[in-house]
Amino acid sequence: MDKQQIENIRKDFPILEEKIYNKDLIYFDNGATTQKPRCVVEKIEQAYYHLNANIHRGVHFLSQKATEAHEDARTTVAEFLHAAKREEIIFTRGTTEAINLVAYSFGEAFCKAGDEIIVSVLEHHSNIVPWQMLCERKGMKLQVIPMNESGELNVEAYKALINEHTKLVSVAHVSNVLGTVNPVAEIIKIAHQSNVLVLIDGAQAVPHIPVNVVELDADFYVFSAHKIYGPTGIGVLYGKETWLNQMPPYQGGGEMIATVSFEKTTYNELPFKFEAGTPDYVGSTALAEALRYVQNIGIENIAAYEHELTTYATQRLLEIEGMRIIGTAKEKSAVISFLVGNIHPYDIGMLLDKLGIAVRTGHHCAQPLIDSLGILGTVRASFAFYNTKEEIDIFITALKKVVQMLE
Amino acid sequence: MTINALQDNIIEEFEQFEDWMDKYSLLIDLGNSLEPLANEDKKQQNIIEGCQSRVWLHAELKDGLVIYRGESDAVLVKGIVSLLIQVLTAHTPDEIINTELYFIEKIGLREHLSPTRSNGLLAMVKQMKMYALAYKTVTDKQ
Repeated sequence: MDKQQIENIRKDFPILEEKIYNKDLIYFDNGATTQKPRCVVEKIEQAYYHLNANIHRGVHFLSQKATEAHEDARTTVAEFLHAAKREEIIFTRGTTEAINLVAYSFGEAFCKAGDEIIVSVLEHHSNIVPWQMLCERKGMKLQVIPMNESGELNVEAYKALINEHTKLVSVAHVSNVLGTVNPVAEIIKIAHQSNVLVLIDGAQAVPHIPVNVVELDADFYVFSAHKIYGPTGIGVLYGKETWLNQMPPYQGGGEMIATVSFEKTTYNELPFKFEAGTPDYVGSTALAEALRYVQNIGIENIAAYEHELTTYATQRLLEIEGMRIIGTAKEKSAVISFLVGNIHPYDIGMLLDKLGIAVRTGHHCAQPLIDSLGILGTVRASFAFYNTKEEIDIFITALKKVVQMLE
Repeated sequence: MTINALQDNIIEEFEQFEDWMDKYSLLIDLGNSLEPLANEDKKQQNIIEGCQSRVWLHAELKDGLVIYRGESDAVLVKGIVSLLIQVLTAHTPDEIINTELYFIEKIGLREHLSPTRSNGLLAMVKQMKMYALAYKTVTDKQ
């Protein structure tokens, strides 16, 4: 993507014009959440002003229109992930809820005492805690795939963890701390050889790399809208129809039922079985808009440009004495975690903030990973396609100043 | 010196700087010159876990006065710890309990104490008052 294209893209994101302490905002916290293009925000406004009526079963015009928009959004998501069927797309509140749903419903259907779940050392808490809760509930065991010094998962160790008790493997597609792109296709293939299912946490992947769930052969794939330029509070669970059909509902309520009586309630079919209550039909339409926006630019173009940004930033960061990049995997996404000398990440983050630069500091909700690295936390800069090399230059100058103050 | 006089001193010291950079440099200096806590005082029971940085707080009662010592692993936080100790240490439990800490706001560092920063400082202020409250029950009995 050339300069002009990036400039045009930046105009789609009004928040990038904001001043922070009278300085231009430099937003390098895209791993936490991305900014929203005008078209997404307008979609939300438009939906509330012109399309708002509770969906499904409404006989009136507006309800029909809203239902169509919500179900069209499901189709858009299915196409985005290259799912075989639109019924395999379940709307959730986000990645966290999607993982909790699987941990509960899959656990109820398929797991018993003595069974095992495998996660990796570089997981976000949201891909650890739901499994721990399942393990506690059922008397099961959680196994952990280790990684090497660069932050790459140890595939041999992973193979050794799989045994006749293993029920499911749940790993991130991309690490939110290290940026490592995990070899998920290989991980899935290995699991399937032993008839073990795999959930891929795609929260940090979908904004940056093309995803094809059928090619990957993932059993479950989850992501959040707000990390891919969509609204907060909505996310997606993709699940193979065959598994979803065998799993009991996660929550009960309206929408998810076929018939209700006090003696016996029967459940609706997919996808509604897993969508109890009034769904976020405004969120879903805005998410679909965000996906269209991303697809218009082209996820391959985004990946190439972000790779350029990440390489440039890494190179410039290494100019700074005492710089330690945390996570140096060969396959890396647009995330750079770092430390400088013995300076606490909080101090760097606080002072960068004063210069208008938003980065994230701390353990990034991946405490076991941070502990395994023997550090207190990191400073993390994470990029999106609206960021520029000029911003990186300003960031580096600011960081040099901050380091000088703190040393 | 009263607690409020100490607070006013700090406000005056910070007021000479217009630029936030100079204020933060002063805070960094304060942090760096804070006497480190002895290793035996950096024990688990003295730790105040924040999400971002850790703070240790030690308190004891000496001749009816509460003596505080503290530390943090982040230097900016340590700077504020140093200020809090400067203001509150060596006062009676009653004085500490009845104090309103206004200097943080006045010197423009209130953001460090906001609950969203989760750096353990807010918890530290609470803990300092809790110690004073606990020691008050001791001194009241005497």
